[in-house]
Amino acid sequence: MAKRIDVSGLSAYYGSHKAIDDISMTVEPRSVTAFIGPSGCGKSTFLRTLNRMHEVTPGGRVEGKVMLDDENLYGSGVDPVAVRRTVGMVFQRPNPFPTMSIFDNVAAGLRLNGSYKKSELKDIVERSLKGANLWNEVKDRLNKPGSGLSGGQQQRLCIARAIAVEPQVLLMDEPCSALDPISTLAIEDLIGELKERFTIVIVTHNMQQAARVSDRTAFFNLAAVGQPGKLVEIDETERIFSNPSVQATEDYISGRFG
Amino acid sequence: MSVMTGRHAVSDGSSPLPASLKQARLPRWTPPALALAAAGAGCGIGLAAGLDSTVQWGLIAGLLFVLGTFALAAGVEGTRQAKDRLATSLVWLSFLVAVVPLASLLWETVARGTKVLDGYFLSHSMGTTPDALPGGGIYHAIIGTLEQVGLATAIAAPLGLLTAIYLVEYGRGALARAVTFFVDVMTGIPSIVAGLFILSVWILILGFGPSGFAGAMALAILMMPVVVRSTEEMLKLVPNELREASLALGVPKWRTILKVVLPTSIGGITTGVMLAIARITGETAPVLLLVWGAKTINNNPFQDAQQSLPLYVFQQWQQGSEASYDRAWAAALVLIAFVMILNLLARGIARWKAPSGGRR
Amino acid sequence: MKTPSSTTDLPPLPPQHDGSAVSGKAVRPGDRIFLGLSRGSGIALLAIMAAIAVFLTYRSVLALSGDKANFFTTLDWNASGTDPKFGIAVLAFGTLVSSLVAMLIAVPVAVGIALFISHYAPRKLSAPLSYVIDLLAAVPSIIYGLWGALFLVPHLSGLYSWLDDYLGWTGIFSYGGGAARSLFTVGILLAIMILPIVTSVSREVFLQVPKMHEEAALALGATRWEVIRMSVLPFGRSGIISASMLGLGRALGETMAVATVLSPSFLINTSLLDPGGGTFAQNIASKFSEADQFGQDALIASGLVLFVITLLVNGAARLIIARRKEYSGAAA
Repeated sequence: MAKRIDVSGLSAYYGSHKAIDDISMTVEPRSVTAFIGPSGCGKSTFLRTLNRMHEVTPGGRVEGKVMLDDENLYGSGVDPVAVRRTVGMVFQRPNPFPTMSIFDNVAAGLRLNGSYKKSELKDIVERSLKGANLWNEVKDRLNKPGSGLSGGQQQRLCIARAIAVEPQVLLMDEPCSALDPISTLAIEDLIGELKERFTIVIVTHNMQQAARVSDRTAFFNLAAVGQPGKLVEIDETERIFSNPSVQATEDYISGRFG
Repeated sequence: MSVMTGRHAVSDGSSPLPASLKQARLPRWTPPALALAAAGAGCGIGLAAGLDSTVQWGLIAGLLFVLGTFALAAGVEGTRQAKDRLATSLVWLSFLVAVVPLASLLWETVARGTKVLDGYFLSHSMGTTPDALPGGGIYHAIIGTLEQVGLATAIAAPLGLLTAIYLVEYGRGALARAVTFFVDVMTGIPSIVAGLFILSVWILILGFGPSGFAGAMALAILMMPVVVRSTEEMLKLVPNELREASLALGVPKWRTILKVVLPTSIGGITTGVMLAIARITGETAPVLLLVWGAKTINNNPFQDAQQSLPLYVFQQWQQGSEASYDRAWAAALVLIAFVMILNLLARGIARWKAPSGGRR
Repeated sequence: MKTPSSTTDLPPLPPQHDGSAVSGKAVRPGDRIFLGLSRGSGIALLAIMAAIAVFLTYRSVLALSGDKANFFTTLDWNASGTDPKFGIAVLAFGTLVSSLVAMLIAVPVAVGIALFISHYAPRKLSAPLSYVIDLLAAVPSIIYGLWGALFLVPHLSGLYSWLDDYLGWTGIFSYGGGAARSLFTVGILLAIMILPIVTSVSREVFLQVPKMHEEAALALGATRWEVIRMSVLPFGRSGIISASMLGLGRALGETMAVATVLSPSFLINTSLLDPGGGTFAQNIASKFSEADQFGQDALIASGLVLFVITLLVNGAARLIIARRKEYSGAAA
């Protein structure tokens, strides 16, 4: 079910400030694409344009096209709510709904989008939690609040919540930056499994992580502070980390700046 | 993950994924157009059915608008969108419902208050003016209010300030917890109960007569917890590093508080005290019980009955003649202007003195 | 290094550097005076609270011992003469009913306005709006009373006859005509009065909802209303409750706005639209001027009841706020 994303000429603004400038790229289905780059280069902003979350920020505005297979996310008559339903997202800090139980957290998206029988809901929640490698840890306390879990578990709960509605694309905004190394490893393993079914885009600060989990890597950079971020290059991860075609990429990866 | 490859069944048969990202949407001009139509229909029905109260017209129009939006959205956009629009229209409606009386309150006060409000009104007391006839003024009430509020502030501000300093800078243990708790309790005391308390001690037991000072004591009880709370909040905003830096230089604690902590938060504390003054200026009930009101000027707040602005409004209303209603509105306008100016000044100070990067 | 002897490697510390000697700061006279003053103020505050309770109770006992009727059930207020009979049944009924009407009207509307300011209004409008709402919270109650008596009351009789036409059969909404100086009108006026404060507190809570909870709902494909239902309202629920309690506390104790609008009588009326009834605070204000000393004691007794009721309401609000603090602390 995963779909291809085709971005062309995309710029995003905060008020009058241009945050990213004229980005074009293709994200292949059933693969992991990693976005790397120094802080402030606009990689998270770009990620948020892919499910129209950018315009939620006050003053947020987008120009350009994002094609999901053959539909433009920014075409006229497109409902942002339907876009976000189709393109799921996992955030930097785990954000389970604090007042809901583990079960209700996973079921939250489903309950919005249709009516389910209790048994169906149970099946989907179980499958999603298994899909997020969390089932064994929480199956005895599904009715406990999600906020009682550890950080890593909460993040996997959020992944379960995102995949329960079977999106086409899964966006991850630095999903491991708030987690310890063991939880990070668990999430990275999970990403490897999920890419068989979803198109995954992940923003990361950690270059080893990009090298470990992604098939393709995009490097973003900005000319100077206050300038808009730009896409420098996108290529097979192996090439980016061994033999990138742009000097700036090599400088960044070898730690010469950023 | 083979476990999850199968698509789950959905009871209503529809796919949980939208078939297309495009959804049927109502045009953007629909809500304003509907609002206009509903307003028109409301007036039309009101006129046709001969309903004499515009309140009803408004209710009908509001109901038509909410139902119309919901029905239209449910038909075109689906139930989820319809619920969203229902919520939006209800939220807008509740805003409008609230604006109408509050705007009317301000409008009536200004429109009716300016009728007799002039220099004479501000500079003369009621004296021997008969209640049913035009004339007289509020000079005696202004004097009374200023004296009573001034005395109340002189009692409550230092006590409240010191209590807040105790809670923030020294307060630990049972006493501090008890004070915190009872400050909250005190915040909730109805003003008439504060008045009854002073009545029972000062007048019934100690045998004093009514006076501005008796009223001021009741007002001080109402003012104190407000001052404590706001000062406490402000003192807590002072970073601990500042205190430690001063203490580390060998400055004694009391001088640290006086020279470092208080100057840092003085803007916020002033704001809090001014807001508290604004609040007690409008209090009527304790003044009614303890100051009684008078028609002539009494400059001595420690002896005999006095007048105050809010009480003047009440007593003029009680007289029930056109002339006294006019005077009541004019005094109400003066009172509201005084309270609003205090509020605006207080908030201005808060903004001007706000620690940078602090509050929004 | 609590005791020098336990650290065998280090030389014993000179006694003047010992912790207990440094705490000689409490000996400094300036500190002692300042601490004394500030602690004294705290104690004075406690003493005032204690005095309020003691003196109100003392005067109430004097009044109750002279009451020839049951204080809690009597439907009359006759506190003078040789055979005083008075009770608070009518006042308790009127106070609770008018406050209840006020809450039923004010809380949903206030939550609506708070949501309007925090989530719906155009951004340029929301800041000045909150400012205006905060200002309105400062309008003195006597002005609400004046407006209620001279503007609201005449405008309500039309609505009341309309209600009577359609809902008169319930008994609660029957209306015999005449000036609309009834408990229901009082409830409407109280609702308008407490709107600003309830709105202001709710808005604060709604603005505190962490962005990430709202984004979680948005990213699942929730509409704006669904975002509010899933993340804003659950987070703000205890805040709404405590804001309502704050408003309820004000409504229960409001004096002047009730005294100007209500046409009082010592009857419990099934119809809320017909004039009559009374509230604790209103009764004190209107009976005070003609009361003798015993009559004033009787009014103090009713004031004590009002005091206890508001204490309970505020205590409940405090409990809810305290629990909310624990909860948000755990979630952070």
